[in-house]
Amino acid sequence: MEAVAKDISVATDAFGGNKIEATNVQVYYGDAHAIKDVSVKISERSVTSFIGPSGCGKSTFLRCINRMNDTIDGCRVDGTITLDNEDIYDKRVDPVQLRARVGMVFQKPNPFPKSIYDNVAYGPRIHGMVRGKDETDELVQSSLKRAGLWEEVKDRLLEPGTGLSGGQQQRLCIARAIATRPEVLLMDEPCSALDPIATAIIEELIDELRENFTICIVTHSMQQAARVSQKTAFFHLGKLIEEGPTEEIFTNPRDKKTQDYITGRIG
Amino acid sequence: MNAGLLALLVVVIAAAGFILGRRRSLAIVDGEIIRLHSLPGYYGQSVFLFAAAPALLVMLVWMLAQPAIIDSRVSALIPIESIEEGSSLGLIMSDVRRIADGLDIVVAQGRLSEDQVQNMRADLTDVRDRLADVGVALGSNVKQAVFVAAKEYRQLTGFARLAMSVVVLVLALAGAVFAYAKISPDYRARNVSETAIKSLLILSSTVAILTTVGIVLSLVFETVEFFRLYPAQDFFLSAVWNPQFRGGSDLGILPLLWGTLFVSFIALAFAVPIGMMAAIYLAEYATPAVRSVVKPAIEVLAGIPTIVYGLFALITVGPLLRDYLAQPLGLGSSSSSVLTAGLVMGIMLIPFVSSLSDDVINAVPQAMRDGSYGLGATRSETVRQVILPAALPGIVGAILLAASRAIGETMIVVMGAGAAAKLSLNPFEAMTTITVKIVSQLTGDTEFASPETLVAFALGLSLFIVTLGLNIIALYVVRKYREQYE
Amino acid sequence: MSADAATTISLLKPDSRTRRRNAAEARFRSYGIAAIVISVFALVFLLSSVLTNGLSAFTQTFLVMDVTLDAAVLDKSGNRDIEEMKKVTTIGYGTFLQKAVIAELEAKGISTEGVSAAEVGGLLSKEASGQLRDKVLADPGLLGKTIRFETYATGRVDGYFKGRVTMESAALDKNTSPEQLELADRMRAAGLLTVSFNPGFLFGPDASELRPESAGLGIAILGSAYMMILVLVMALPIGVAASIYLEEFAARNRFTDIIEVNIANLAAVPSIVFGILGLALFINFVGLPQSTPVVGALVLTLMTLPTIIIATRASLKSVPPSIREAALGVGASKMQTVFHHVLPLAMPGILTGTIIGMAQALGETAPLLLIGMVAFVRDYPAAPPEGFFDPAAALPVQVYNWTQRADPAFVERASGAIIVLLVFLLIMNIIAIVLRRRFERRW
Ligand SMILES: Nc1ncnc2c1ncn2[C@@H]1O[C@H](COP(=O)(O)OP(=O)(O)O)[C@@H](O)[C@H]1O
Ligand SMILES: [Mg+2]
Repeated sequence: MEAVAKDISVATDAFGGNKIEATNVQVYYGDAHAIKDVSVKISERSVTSFIGPSGCGKSTFLRCINRMNDTIDGCRVDGTITLDNEDIYDKRVDPVQLRARVGMVFQKPNPFPKSIYDNVAYGPRIHGMVRGKDETDELVQSSLKRAGLWEEVKDRLLEPGTGLSGGQQQRLCIARAIATRPEVLLMDEPCSALDPIATAIIEELIDELRENFTICIVTHSMQQAARVSQKTAFFHLGKLIEEGPTEEIFTNPRDKKTQDYITGRIG
Repeated sequence: MNAGLLALLVVVIAAAGFILGRRRSLAIVDGEIIRLHSLPGYYGQSVFLFAAAPALLVMLVWMLAQPAIIDSRVSALIPIESIEEGSSLGLIMSDVRRIADGLDIVVAQGRLSEDQVQNMRADLTDVRDRLADVGVALGSNVKQAVFVAAKEYRQLTGFARLAMSVVVLVLALAGAVFAYAKISPDYRARNVSETAIKSLLILSSTVAILTTVGIVLSLVFETVEFFRLYPAQDFFLSAVWNPQFRGGSDLGILPLLWGTLFVSFIALAFAVPIGMMAAIYLAEYATPAVRSVVKPAIEVLAGIPTIVYGLFALITVGPLLRDYLAQPLGLGSSSSSVLTAGLVMGIMLIPFVSSLSDDVINAVPQAMRDGSYGLGATRSETVRQVILPAALPGIVGAILLAASRAIGETMIVVMGAGAAAKLSLNPFEAMTTITVKIVSQLTGDTEFASPETLVAFALGLSLFIVTLGLNIIALYVVRKYREQYE
Repeated sequence: MSADAATTISLLKPDSRTRRRNAAEARFRSYGIAAIVISVFALVFLLSSVLTNGLSAFTQTFLVMDVTLDAAVLDKSGNRDIEEMKKVTTIGYGTFLQKAVIAELEAKGISTEGVSAAEVGGLLSKEASGQLRDKVLADPGLLGKTIRFETYATGRVDGYFKGRVTMESAALDKNTSPEQLELADRMRAAGLLTVSFNPGFLFGPDASELRPESAGLGIAILGSAYMMILVLVMALPIGVAASIYLEEFAARNRFTDIIEVNIANLAAVPSIVFGILGLALFINFVGLPQSTPVVGALVLTLMTLPTIIIATRASLKSVPPSIREAALGVGASKMQTVFHHVLPLAMPGILTGTIIGMAQALGETAPLLLIGMVAFVRDYPAAPPEGFFDPAAALPVQVYNWTQRADPAFVERASGAIIVLLVFLLIMNIIAIVLRRRFERRW
């Protein structure tokens, strides 16, 4: 099936061009084989969700896309992943530069113990994207606005980010991530530590962000996948079992395992 | 009967009580243990406790109080005028004790009978010679007054010892009988024994408080004594330290304080950057293989006693600095110097700083690092802009603890810094510190009650207060920091 | 949004800013490596300096020769009466030995040119005449016989063979002369002087300033051993009892807070302050004898307690609550639960902490100086328990003591003593590590 998918040209994709193409990706933690031969394409300016039982390798695969796995001792990645047709595991690629283009939001909100302003300005500053205070102010403001947090924090930008509520913190982290103007946004269960209301706000936000960003989201909630994503990939025991338009996966899964999972028989 | 034997006897009585008590509890219920409130062993234990605890406690108190009481009674027998120039009551009393011990040996070896000793007179017999025969050496001939005191001392001690033996044994037996009689199926022996054990546990945990109280009291008492002999403002404000054997000393703390701070500053200036960079490298960069070698190596440095560092300063670093730096630069010709002590103390502090920093850095959650790497920060950017600011309070705490260590360190400065109290800015000169002077004033030959000796307690109190202050602030800061991530 | 602008930059060509950031990264990393290198170098330098200075302390120059014990000189009355024989002093034996050495040199055909008779005698340790005298007085039957007599050569000759003393320094030294050293060379060639392992360094008592060659560590090792025994006996039960109370029984209240703060602070109080406490409390107030293991051990116990308590509490904490619940669930009392289940499981950790605390105590010097353990002690303390109250030295204090002496031969001995100390510490730490490995439990 992957071989066939490879031949289908970018243009035939229903959601515009393929931003990311992963081919025969293998990931090992020491001797443990965590991702087994996964090939997948991710379309530009759409939301792709990764679902599957816990421990199946969703996070691991997601972290491959911005080479966060490089920071883990003993983790090895084989195969190719391209971003705009450039192999991100090429020796010449600096992961630091890559990560400016492929941002990440984590499961638990992790604002730095700095002010809200400094949290958002951190990325642009280290990448040298802003010159002077005015530019920074502007970028911080626009990022917070896009993350839907501006109204709530505009009067307390200099207070510590850790003082916000969980949902606000997560939106701050999203603002922080989009401040470096990434093309791709990776989100690893961004709502799992939040209450339903905060979750709804973030889901809405993801839907808005889709206009400008290519988004990959890991979620353990099938409803969430159904609500926010256009494409869905189902992982099981390190393998990609099935991928396709979200509607199709949920209404008409081709694989027995997928069916079992979405009907709650495995997981 | 000597104390060890007596204690042993008490334990034997208690042990016998244990066995008998256990047996009795079994006998009352005809071996049906289920009818007893507690297991038979607990009945034994309760007898053991009642027998041993009061007896041993009384014995301990007795032994602590007895010498003081007897000394005061015996020293009253020594006429003031018999105390010669250059001697003191304390010295005479130690002679008294030595003579009394000697007489004990003489009698024990059967060289003289008890009566003969009683009738012996120092002005008629050569006591010194007699005692020398049994291996007790005396500095001078014995005066009759002293000899009388010694005989009195011997008698009182003998009597007290006997009285103690009797009292203690009676107590032990009485306790055993009392507890033995109480044994019945309803007697809650386990609760009794557990309460006793729990009091022991509480008692043990108060040792920490008692130690602090002991430290404070011993420092404060003698310091007050010192300030009675020497004006406090001179001590705190005088820039001259010049103790004299015959009074008229200048005992200003300032030059010592300066030396202490100078050495500590050099040590910290050396140890803090190196220790922190080492900790950062090990926590954030090193491969597991490197870490598994280097970390223990640095910990080895922490396990090396300071006397080793002192010797290193004295025989290696001091001469090296003198020959290759101080003399060529014309800055000094002494191998003991502030720089010698400071550098070596810095080496000693590296593992201290690095292991504390390591704890602090590792306490910063991985999520912080992930957040920063996820935005495309390099490792050093992450360390400098996220981890260190997050860890700052903890690191400040670590540095304060290191400073307190440096200020209180003794052997390295005793062997590496020198003994001259000076207010100088030249690190190649020998200077001295508070701790060095505590050692030299308390190990010298000056009389205990002189300001020259007592000043050591004032120095010790100053040192204690400074280090305690640093520790409390450091512990507070570190605790607050830990809470932030818990 | 300028997201599109970024796409034009290829990932394969790092921009200049990234290169600069990577350079900063490399620099930062090299600081870290430098810090590690400096630390490890300091460790290696420290240890190698001690080793190179101290290894030679374990060997010593001996003079070995046959001596005929001339009865006419050593027992003038001729009736082997000990009291009579005692009248020949060590000085008499010294002259006798000096003659014997000269005779031996003549017999072996070794020239003594330029060296006076007294200087020949001066090649021997000042200890030698006393040694021979003790030997004869112990067994008068030896008189008239020829015995093999082994004694130390003087520290200067020993230093010459070990490279500490040179011909140049000897020329300036009133205690030895280049001619003497040349004679020593000839004697060594003839087998009269040998350099070999010296058990006296490990087992002998300390010696005075003038005879470094015979100074040994025996009393110091014994004193340290006595203290360690006492520290173990006092600190372990008290520390464990205190920890059990604080960890298992104590309610969170003011009282336990005070104890906790006290323990944390005591762990950081300078050791010299404990020395002052020992002096004021145990010696001046209670009246225990100075410079004895019992006082040293009391002080070291108070210093070691915080270490043991902290380790024990960590160890108790690591026993999972499920064990306690299980025991309480079958009706055990709290006390039974702790003593039957929790404590045994925590024991390896407690012992490891105790050994590490004792290792610290073994190397502690400053407080022992204040309680008089610097005193010169030449008699071995008796066997315990009386021996606990006899004056003794301690290993680290002995090191300090020797560094305070003028003769450079003592530097070698101080370094040698450090090696002995480090070997003991190494053994203790290895035991602690083995214990930890052996009994380490993962829940
Ligand atoms: N840092 C790591 N080291 C070793 N194994 C890991 C690590 N992270 C994840 N794994 C293993 O890889 C597999 C996939 O984990 P993960 O990607 O976190 O799963 P998911 O996110 O789908 O729950 C699991 O079996 C997990 O145990
Ligand atoms: Mg996951």
